This record gives sequence, structure tokens and C-alpha cells, in this order.
Amino acid sequence: MTEHQVTLDRRKAVARILADRGDALLITGLGSPTWDVAAAGDHPNNFYLWGAMGAAAVMGLGLALAQPDRRVLVITGDGEMVLGLGALATIAVAAPGNLAVCVIDNERYGETGMQEGHTAAGVDLPGMAAAAGWPVTACAWTKDDLEALVPVLHGDTGPIFATVKVTADPAPLVLPPRDGTVLRNRFRQALLGEMAFE
Amino acid sequence: MKGDGTQPAWPDEIFGVLKEAAVEQVCYVPDAGHKVLIERSIADNEITTVRLTTEEEGVAVLSGAWLGGQRGALLMQSSGVGNCINLMGLVQECRFPLLMLVTMRGEWGEFNPWQTTMGQGAQAALEAVGVIVHRVDDAALAAETVQAAARLAFLSYRAVAVLIGQRVIGFKEFAK
Repeated sequence: MTEHQVTLDRRKAVARILADRGDALLITGLGSPTWDVAAAGDHPNNFYLWGAMGAAAVMGLGLALAQPDRRVLVITGDGEMVLGLGALATIAVAAPGNLAVCVIDNERYGETGMQEGHTAAGVDLPGMAAAAGWPVTACAWTKDDLEALVPVLHGDTGPIFATVKVTADPAPLVLPPRDGTVLRNRFRQALLGEMAFE
Repeated sequence: MKGDGTQPAWPDEIFGVLKEAAVEQVCYVPDAGHKVLIERSIADNEITTVRLTTEEEGVAVLSGAWLGGQRGALLMQSSGVGNCINLMGLVQECRFPLLMLVTMRGEWGEFNPWQTTMGQGAQAALEAVGVIVHRVDDAALAAETVQAAARLAFLSYRAVAVLIGQRVIGFKEFAK
């Protein structure tokens, strides 16, 4: 559907984004984005979703509203994002300035046999976000686009919605912890200290 | 508005309970039964309200809120319960507190048959995915039931739904 050549590798793209994360709080959408973030290096303020498809962006919203002085980044996939498209309207209305949602878009359902997704047929997620009222939207096709996007994701006043187009090449599984109570406890302890266990 | 004979007191009493429980985020898909609670939440400077497109978003929003140190409440009508079911996996696996206040349709004196399926199935659907259900069928018990539910949710880290019966809310009139 596109005249663009897709060349970005998902693992390299995610590692590049996270290299400049600072103290950002991170939520990952289930499947490949969770493996990508784990491959870039584990961190107590990474909250990995292993399920709850469609929840990543709105979970980031709740976290961003609760922590207005911290940057919140959601890294998810195109299939996960389209399962909860209402989030584009919900987040646009709530408009947290500290939230960025970055969709790693391979135009495929990677966990289920690489079936084509909606973006493969031309559905324009940043365009939908812009139409919903997100003040900053972007689509990165090239390495230069990605370099320009990274400081926007980590620094601009949002909410920011960005797609990074990546190849459908498979990447090896890198699995983070999957026990939800471990993930929540270490996340809250790193963020809230003693308060985490009140 | 309390006890003046025109407006029931229970919505204001529930709002007072949410404030006492330190609820700072209120997510909702509107229902007539939640009108007062929604309006008072919006008017409160210490509460952030989130207007949802669908109820399951609220399950995720409040999971994120609690991860970030804030308590919340999710308001919906019984027809929204079914929308939330898969995301209960998030809440249960992570032992996130979740306080849901559900105003019931499809039961006491319902006029609209399309409300009946989810209204009658709401409690069983919630319990099938491990949500603890408290019912309120007497307006005088609404506030203390929500208070107990809030304690169970936030202090014992559980998903708890309070179903506010249609008998409490009253018939929706479809007068021509």
C-alpha cells in the first residue's frame, strides 16, 4: 500500500528509542514489543503486558495521570493498538502532556502466524490519532526519521502518537518475567519506594 | 440535595465514601444512575475524571493509575460489564485493586428488553472471572457497601464490583 521502503529492524529501533529513555516509565504491549523491550535490557520500571490485548495505551494513560512529573512511554504493536482504537479518543480528550505511545508497526500479527494486519491494508494510525486530536503525531520510515522521533518521544509535550514502520523479519524470543505480581511490586517499589507496600 | 425528597441521598453518600477512600481517578461510561457521581467527580479538583469510549479501557486506566500510586473507581451500567471481562486477566494476574460501581438495568421493572441479557448475566460473568460482587438493593445500605468494597479492593488488593440494583435507581421511564 505504500511507496516507502521498510528497512528498520524492530530490535534496533526499540533499542535506539530506549537508549535515551532517562527515567521514563514504560509499558509494553503483549507479544513482540514485550520481547523487543526485554531484549533491550530489563528495568524495574518496565511493565510488560503478557496479555490484556488492547490495554497498553490506556494503561499508560492512567499511569501518566497518576505521575504527571514523569514521562510515560507505551511501546506496543499495530495489532494490539487496533484492538483498542477507542483509546485514541479517550487519550486525546484526557490529553496528558507526559504520555507518548509508540507503535512498532510490522503490519502483521507476529505471534499468530504473521497474518496481515489493518495497517498493511493502509489504515493510518497516526492519521487517526491526529483526527482524534493528539497534538503530536509522527510516522518513522527511515533511520533519519527514527533519530528525529526519539527526542520527541522523550521530551515533547504530548500526548504523542508515533508509528515506527519495521520489517516483518522475525527476531529471537527474549522473555522478561511473566509473574504479574513480581512486575507490579518491583515497578511500584522503584517508583514509590516505601509507599509501594502500604 | 440530601434527603430533600426530590433527589436521593445515596449518590452523594457514595461520593463521600470515594473521597474518604482517597480515590483520585474516576473513569466512566455514563449511566443515568451515575449522573450525580459523575458530575461531582468532574467538579472535584482533586479527582481526575477519564471519559471512556468503552468500559474495559477503565480497567486498564485504573491498573496504570494504581501502578503510579493512585486509587480509582470505575463507573458503568450493567451493559458494560461484558466489555470488561478479558481485561480482568490483567487485574487478577497482577493483583491490582479494582473498584467497580455498576448500576443495574434489565431487572426490577425493566421496560427495555435489550437490557435484560447482560443485566441478568452481569453478576455471574463477573464472578466467573474472579471479581468479588456486592449487591445493593436498599438505598440506605449503598454507602456502607461501597465503603466495604473500597476497603476490600484497596487494602486486600482485589477486584470488587458493587452492583446497585435497579430497585434502588428506580424505573427508567419511557413515557411517550
